[in-house]
Amino acid sequence: MLSRTAENLYWLARYVERAEYLARTIDATLRVTALPAAYIGKTNEWDSALLTAGVAASFYQTYEEANEHNVVDYLSFSADNPSSIRNCIEAARLNSRSVRTALTSEMWDTINSAWIELQAVWSKGASTREDLAKFLRFVQETSLRFDGSAYRTMLRNDAYWFSRMGVHLERADNTARILDVKYHVLLPEEEHVGGPLDFYQWSSILRSVSALTAYHWVYRETLKPWLIADLLILNDTLPRSLASCYGNLVRNLDQIGVAYGRQGPAQRHARGIRNRLEHSNMNDIFQHGVHEFIQEFITDNSRLGEIITKQYLI
Amino acid sequence: MAVAFDEMNIPGGDLRPAYQELARWLKETPPEALEYRRQEAELLFRRIGITFAVYGEAESTERLIPFDVIPRIMSGKEWTLLEKGLKQRVRALNMFLRDIYHGRDILRAEIVPDDLIFQNPVFRPEMNGQQVPHDVYVHIAGIDIVRTDAEDFIVLEDNARTPSGVSYMLENREIMMRLFPDLFARHRVAPVERYPDELLAALRSVAPQSASGEPTVALLTPGVYNSAYYEHSFLADKLGIELVEGRDLIVKNNEVFMRTTEGVKRVDVIYRRVDDDFLDPLTFRPDSVLGVPGLMSAYAAGNITLANAVGTGIADDKAIYSYMPDIVKFYLGEEPILKNVPTWRCREPKDLAYVLDNLSELVVKEVHGSGGYGMLIGPAATKATIEAFREKLKREPEGFIAQPTLALSTCPTCTASGLAPRHVDLRPFVLTGSKSTTIVPGGLTRVALKEGSLVVNSSQGGGTKDTWILDE
Repeated sequence: MLSRTAENLYWLARYVERAEYLARTIDATLRVTALPAAYIGKTNEWDSALLTAGVAASFYQTYEEANEHNVVDYLSFSADNPSSIRNCIEAARLNSRSVRTALTSEMWDTINSAWIELQAVWSKGASTREDLAKFLRFVQETSLRFDGSAYRTMLRNDAYWFSRMGVHLERADNTARILDVKYHVLLPEEEHVGGPLDFYQWSSILRSVSALTAYHWVYRETLKPWLIADLLILNDTLPRSLASCYGNLVRNLDQIGVAYGRQGPAQRHARGIRNRLEHSNMNDIFQHGVHEFIQEFITDNSRLGEIITKQYLI
Repeated sequence: MAVAFDEMNIPGGDLRPAYQELARWLKETPPEALEYRRQEAELLFRRIGITFAVYGEAESTERLIPFDVIPRIMSGKEWTLLEKGLKQRVRALNMFLRDIYHGRDILRAEIVPDDLIFQNPVFRPEMNGQQVPHDVYVHIAGIDIVRTDAEDFIVLEDNARTPSGVSYMLENREIMMRLFPDLFARHRVAPVERYPDELLAALRSVAPQSASGEPTVALLTPGVYNSAYYEHSFLADKLGIELVEGRDLIVKNNEVFMRTTEGVKRVDVIYRRVDDDFLDPLTFRPDSVLGVPGLMSAYAAGNITLANAVGTGIADDKAIYSYMPDIVKFYLGEEPILKNVPTWRCREPKDLAYVLDNLSELVVKEVHGSGGYGMLIGPAATKATIEAFREKLKREPEGFIAQPTLALSTCPTCTASGLAPRHVDLRPFVLTGSKSTTIVPGGLTRVALKEGSLVVNSSQGGGTKDTWILDE
């Protein structure tokens, strides 16, 4: 297929995934900030939301204070923030138009109808909490619909694999960023706190990657920080864990390698990351330092993005 | 202006046979039901994303072309005549182009004046002596047809460069079949859906000799901001070919390749929807970023077929138009089946004098204009506009032609105050491959939605209708 088409499919999937992740982050932050101050301590959760979205620096160029109004506006509706939900949806639609021939009509319809629906929202934002909740739900549903229609209607060929690679690479990045910002509340030394304060922080992390229920099914335990870290990093049954994302990335890259009859640096690099995840356990990671581990992962992950681009997309 | 020919009603109260069933159906259908389906159609167009951009407006504006749900109907007999005339016309266009870029018999015979060719900016000297596969220049033609009475079909304009609108012909039909299955059940409407197949067959048939047995065809688009982008992606999808932009293509050793995820792949035929001027910055406009550097040298080497060929503008130019009846006779030795609109060539002093004396009754067009821009419609213009135009005309008479204001035929159309006659034209699409010329029965009917208006262009408030050819 055309390199430009593959590139558009890959970015289209990333933008949709990012929009969903932002919606989940805002959702989770709204919940935790609605609690009485005694439950969440003094941290500014809106600041954390900006950090996990990776837009804190640009935010403070426009705004003084990271409060609900400003952050929700910046992450959701701002035309100036290149990775606001709005710009993700706009970019997804533009990418979809450029590669309409590679999309199934169901996928196009999902993006195009969402785009039409949301045109009205951009100008006025969300005036009430209900509006905001509805909007955030709509964005998440759009992503689910998009993912579902890709899964159910696309031919299983390189177009599908490039699009899935976009999803998994973006997802791994998002999960890693949350861990990067919140790692300190997962450190074992802080276990003694164990009070309501941490509990709500922990559940908020899980909620932003839609893994709260999954946690209970997997561990049948109350929330424990190292188990949360284990779930998000190493447990490959959780679709948003780093291990699961890399299992999928390696598989997609292998499928492309087989179809094209050629492996390359992208395949080798992805396999290297997956092997590291497979041979790690939480003890080692905590010894080595969670923060360092996550930062290394973020760098490796974006490096894979660059390698894929060079090998296939330009 | 004479009373327009009504395609449905015969003066005196009778109906033309092709419209009898529709009229019965309209009587049974309450106006609210029509309005409801009209809204449904609009929603479908938006959701499918069948939009176009209007130049001069913000880049992101996408507009719908209004769709009128009342079909325009023609009998099989009418179509047979029209089809014959179209094939004749396109055959002559191709022979004319072949001649202009080779032997120039027609110039020597003094049928067409030399300067109209050689001083014409759309004449491409690069094409002199250049062989094109099977001598086909115009693979896809959109011939604009109007009617003023029940007998004749008149050509308003030949479009031999990159005619657009065929996606509307196909999508209008899809949407009509979805919304009005009952109405289709009561008619025998000839299908149009084989157009993409015929187009692909025509394109593959003209692949260069150096192509493999399975030639690779691609559609070249200027990109998402082009006003016809939807059509480009729609056609690429229906044909199952890659939709490429200039940056996707490279030329190496006079062969054209596209960049793919598996390395480069040779392209043999380009259905290009990019104008001549922008095709190759090395040959034409150096500032073009839409084209492919080196494309013209690959073309000259015979390694790529461009459809339509470069330089076809010389055949559909408005200044050449008035010579078309003679061109048909010259090459085919036949009487033209389709009529021309009588045309005054303002470059000729006698004609100019007549035009200047009768401006308020004539339509004056720029020779190089399109899309209904830069045109004077005398009967609808104010005195001041006419006077301003008169000055323009005197300054540069060779830039204009004039025609009588035609009473374009009308079809019943939904309006705010119920069904009313509105003026229409028709653009059928004529495909020419190595062996045959084909036309799917139908075309794009454009309708001027404003009462009394004769301008059907979508950029100026025109709409479209589904066009039915009855299979009797």
